[in-house]
Amino acid sequence: METTSAGDILILGPVLPEIFLALTGMALLMVGVFTRDPEGDVADQAMAARLVNRLAVGALLVALVLVVAVSPEARVTTLGDMFVLDGYAVFFKVLVLLASMLSLLMSSQYLELVRSARFEYPTLVVFATVGMLMMISANDFLALYIGLELQSLCLYVLATFQREDVRSSEAGLKYFILSSLASGILLYGISLIYGFTGTINFDLLGQVFVGYGGEVPPLGVLTGLMFVLAGLAFKISAVPFHMWTPDVYDGAPTPATAFFSVGPKIAAVALLMRVMMEPFVGLVDQWQQVIVLISIASMLVGAFAAIVQTNIKRLMAYSSIGHVGYALMGLAAGSEAGVRGVMVYMAIYLFMNLGAFACILSMRRRDTMVVGIGDLAGLSKTQPALAAALAIFMFSLAGVPPVAGFFAKLYIFVAAVDAGLFVLAVIGVLSSVVAAYYYLRIVKIMYFDEATQPLDRAVGREVGWVMLGTGVLVLLFFLYPEPLLANAASAATALLGS
Amino acid sequence: MGGVRAAGLASHRDNTMGALLAEYQLLAEYLPILIFLGIAIVVAGAAVAMSYVVAQQRPDVAKESPYECGFEPFEDSRSKFDVRFYLVAILFIIFDLEVAFLFPWAVALTDIGAFGFWSMMVFLAVLTVGFIYEWRKGALEWE
Repeated sequence: METTSAGDILILGPVLPEIFLALTGMALLMVGVFTRDPEGDVADQAMAARLVNRLAVGALLVALVLVVAVSPEARVTTLGDMFVLDGYAVFFKVLVLLASMLSLLMSSQYLELVRSARFEYPTLVVFATVGMLMMISANDFLALYIGLELQSLCLYVLATFQREDVRSSEAGLKYFILSSLASGILLYGISLIYGFTGTINFDLLGQVFVGYGGEVPPLGVLTGLMFVLAGLAFKISAVPFHMWTPDVYDGAPTPATAFFSVGPKIAAVALLMRVMMEPFVGLVDQWQQVIVLISIASMLVGAFAAIVQTNIKRLMAYSSIGHVGYALMGLAAGSEAGVRGVMVYMAIYLFMNLGAFACILSMRRRDTMVVGIGDLAGLSKTQPALAAALAIFMFSLAGVPPVAGFFAKLYIFVAAVDAGLFVLAVIGVLSSVVAAYYYLRIVKIMYFDEATQPLDRAVGREVGWVMLGTGVLVLLFFLYPEPLLANAASAATALLGS
Repeated sequence: MGGVRAAGLASHRDNTMGALLAEYQLLAEYLPILIFLGIAIVVAGAAVAMSYVVAQQRPDVAKESPYECGFEPFEDSRSKFDVRFYLVAILFIIFDLEVAFLFPWAVALTDIGAFGFWSMMVFLAVLTVGFIYEWRKGALEWE
């Protein structure tokens, strides 16, 4: 098992989507750089950007087909046991590819409006997606780290993409410095675990930790576990490692924020769940209490800090912190139902959050983007369709039945109660009541406040389609939830049954 | 019983003696370096001492200030510099690291075989794509 020949390493079938995307990313870089005149003006660059954007969306779609095509019956590992492909990985890869594709579709209009349309944006999204796919399939701490860094490096650049804007640069710099710190903490944890167990392979680590038989592990292993948890908690922006989130979400260009809030978050949750449920499952008594604490803190901060926000991007940042708290509740349950709950939650979160960002991307006045919550006043009279869409997404984020967000929370709460985590579930319900206040306040502002200056009526074509698609899915999920539930259930079995 | 124990002790002592001898031999290999270090200290010390004894001392401000090639020795560490230096430095580091990978690869090539060879070729191809990108972007032109 430890010795792998070149034959084992070279089984590339399961890695096909990643290889395809990586090659496409490089090809797109060449297309972009040879299409456009190097001395070209903003219009030239925007043209190249639009071309590369279309190609990148197409490539992500092909990768999505490939992921489904190569999905195996049983769990397979390749690349010297560093890469694993199972139903769990396929489920999250589909989500991540959808997130990248939809957020990329919505990006070109905004970037052209702020005169920052350059072909590097779609290329970076493609490379970040490769990193996220590698994270989801990591079966080894080294593979985990490489995937995480490939993703993060692209995200830093995406955050600073609006180069002329000081706040965008600030967002990127903050993200880079704090995220590097988190990576350092993660690496330190990995080194401790390697030092005390002699391996970084998830399967072997799982055997070692199960071998402790529920007894308290050596202090070094515990410390390593906590450091790994802290590093990964930073990446999913869970409290108390959330400080970067509002500033980065606020400063980054809005399409990049939309991407940050779904793709990397879903990938990091998938990664965290795999790390906790596969190698560290023998230490569940040790990490469960920490996850419970992080979950409670995230839900409370997400609920209370968002109340005072006046900027809708900051509000969405705190909202995403809160949603991570709910998702962690499922992980804290540590059961198959919990894992399934998290998967359903992340899938629904993807659609409702992207939909909300599609609405935010449609907020502009006299061709300038606005992000104040007060700017939405009277939207129901000037643009009833946009107001209705945003209202649906806000109801869903708040978890009001019968929209999809309610079911997402329901499965999580049921799993937590079944696992005996009553306090956690009660705090979750209470904090979602608090959170409902600020989501519904937006609905109130749109429907009951008088408009001072109406927003522009023009909603971009791609943004409109994304809004319509996600809106229909979120609104009508309750009619036909079986496909998602069945897929999540079999994927959860794939993770725990191995 | 006692004899066995004494023999055991003796062999133990032999072992430690052997280890000590091996250690001495290891240290003996460093003797030339120790001698060289001694000579260096003596020569350098003599040069500094002689300059105090023999030479005439006429100190002034420029002579007594710490020497740093071309820069003010003490100033604010936050100063403006052309961002192009930064760009060139970053581009340099990439290819510097490439060479750092190539040396061990070249030495171990007979052991790692065709798989190792093609792995490096893939790496170089990826790097070449990056190089073409920075070339076309004009990152290599100073003006």
